[in-house]
Amino acid sequence: MFKIELILPRVLKSFLDETGAIAIFTGRFFRELFRPRFEFNEMLRQCYFIGVKSLPLVLATAFIMGMVLTIQSRPTLVSFGAESRLPQMVAVSLIREIAPVITALICAGKIGSGIGAELGSMKVTEQIDAMEVSGTNPYKYLVVTRVVATTLMIPLLALMSDAVGVWASYLGANIKGDMSWSLYITRAFEYVFFADIYPAVFKTFLFGFAIGIVGCYKGMNSQKGTEGVGQSANSAVVVASLMVFIIDLLVVQITDVFGMIN
Amino acid sequence: MEKISSIDYDKKVLEIKHLTKSFGSLDVLCDMNVDLYKGENLIVLGKSGSGKSVLLKCIVGLVVPDKGSISVLGHDVLSLTTDERDKIRMKIGFLFQSNALYDSMTVRDNLEFPLRRHGIKYSKKEVDDLVKDALESVGLPDTGKKMPSELSGGMKKRIALARTLMLRPEVILYDEPTTGLDPITSREISNLIVSVQQKYKSSSVIITHDMKCVEIVADRIIMLIDGKAYKEGNYEELSKSDDPQIKSFFI
Ligand SMILES: Nc1ncnc2c1ncn2[C@@H]1O[C@H](COP(=O)(O)OP(=O)(O)OP(=O)(O)O)[C@@H](O)[C@H]1O
Ligand SMILES: [Mg+2]
Repeated sequence: MFKIELILPRVLKSFLDETGAIAIFTGRFFRELFRPRFEFNEMLRQCYFIGVKSLPLVLATAFIMGMVLTIQSRPTLVSFGAESRLPQMVAVSLIREIAPVITALICAGKIGSGIGAELGSMKVTEQIDAMEVSGTNPYKYLVVTRVVATTLMIPLLALMSDAVGVWASYLGANIKGDMSWSLYITRAFEYVFFADIYPAVFKTFLFGFAIGIVGCYKGMNSQKGTEGVGQSANSAVVVASLMVFIIDLLVVQITDVFGMIN
Repeated sequence: MEKISSIDYDKKVLEIKHLTKSFGSLDVLCDMNVDLYKGENLIVLGKSGSGKSVLLKCIVGLVVPDKGSISVLGHDVLSLTTDERDKIRMKIGFLFQSNALYDSMTVRDNLEFPLRRHGIKYSKKEVDDLVKDALESVGLPDTGKKMPSELSGGMKKRIALARTLMLRPEVILYDEPTTGLDPITSREISNLIVSVQQKYKSSSVIITHDMKCVEIVADRIIMLIDGKAYKEGNYEELSKSDDPQIKSFFI
């Protein structure tokens, strides 16, 4: 029988347990981050994998989003007689919100689940134990490198998707209209200020960090067996995506308080 | 493979006393005592889930026991700093139950991993020689460029053993080296364990429930029942035992 007063405390408890465990894991990350033996080569390798593997998908999505957003906004703006504002509107929404969040969600799906599954299977096949007995701290070698890599690469991916999105929007605007590239860019950036870019880039660092931490936490705490690995990958995506939205909400509140939204 | 024992009963390489470990309410090991002498192949026999893997993981410090003392080559492993523990771990080889080959690396990189990670400088030639020697001792000289996923179960086990041998360990811990292999491959692995022991003059703890392997390898056998060293002896003695708990292994 479904009794909310029985289920709610249990759900709440597991939520709080999980939050606490992730917080402890994050604390351990910072402790290991600043203690020597820095795994620099492994970190570069991870940056390369994380960046290169997700690039095509991220860029393709940014292209489609830029174009679709432009084509769909045009009729509304035309009805206000504000067609000339099209570049500006699309650029602001792409740079402030759509490109960073879409990039982060794609990476939560692709990178978060990848890390969760990879570390999870390493855990259940004792590869992490084997590393530890071979004089390697698995937190440094596996976790720190991956979290640093996602924290650095996801902002880069988001910036690239900004660029591709704006370019696609230019192409979209030229399907029915006729606007030169230079005019389009001038119009688009007339109202994009540093204050738009700065919080948008800042939050992508947080997205990257959250995706890395959640993926690694889920992988390192994988339950025994192949089933456990699947579960780690799956819940890494769910939790990381949720974190992306929560961070987005928090950052928008903060930037609003500081008057950075105009 | 003809077995020549050269056990030095004056030298203990491993001494475990009163080892106790539980996970929550599950008491896995309680008051377990084990000694291993230099050059000896010690078999630990026990049912699935009796805590055999936990025992080995306590020895290398992957699992921290609740009580008891473990001394490896004269060092108390429970009171070492991280650096000291890494030094001791270089002298202990661990063959994991699930092989634990790094599946993102080639066989060669797998073998080089312990060499590179323990912070000792080797020249290119030394590394080449060590890799070649390790692959030859397990009878797979041409697999260096392969990925673990391209190998069969028996080959994976051999490569895992080769990796274990890279640092010339004085003590080798085998966690079920023949489980999941066919009888012929199992026998080959068992013979390999004996030849490794003779070639490198190492001492080993071997966990298994494969009686053929026990017969080939064992100098001494410990029965792990209810978290304790229930009985010990050599193959002859134990196989003649009337105790039903022991008999059930020798059928
Ligand atoms: N990290 C852990 N956390 C909780 N329980 C554990 C942990 N490691 C082992 N156990 C439990 O301890 C018991 C003994 O496990 P162990 O892996 O040592 O068994 P085993 O004797 O090696 O069995 P098998 O022959 O199947 O490998 C099992 O019941 C297992 O569930
Ligand atoms: Mg086991």
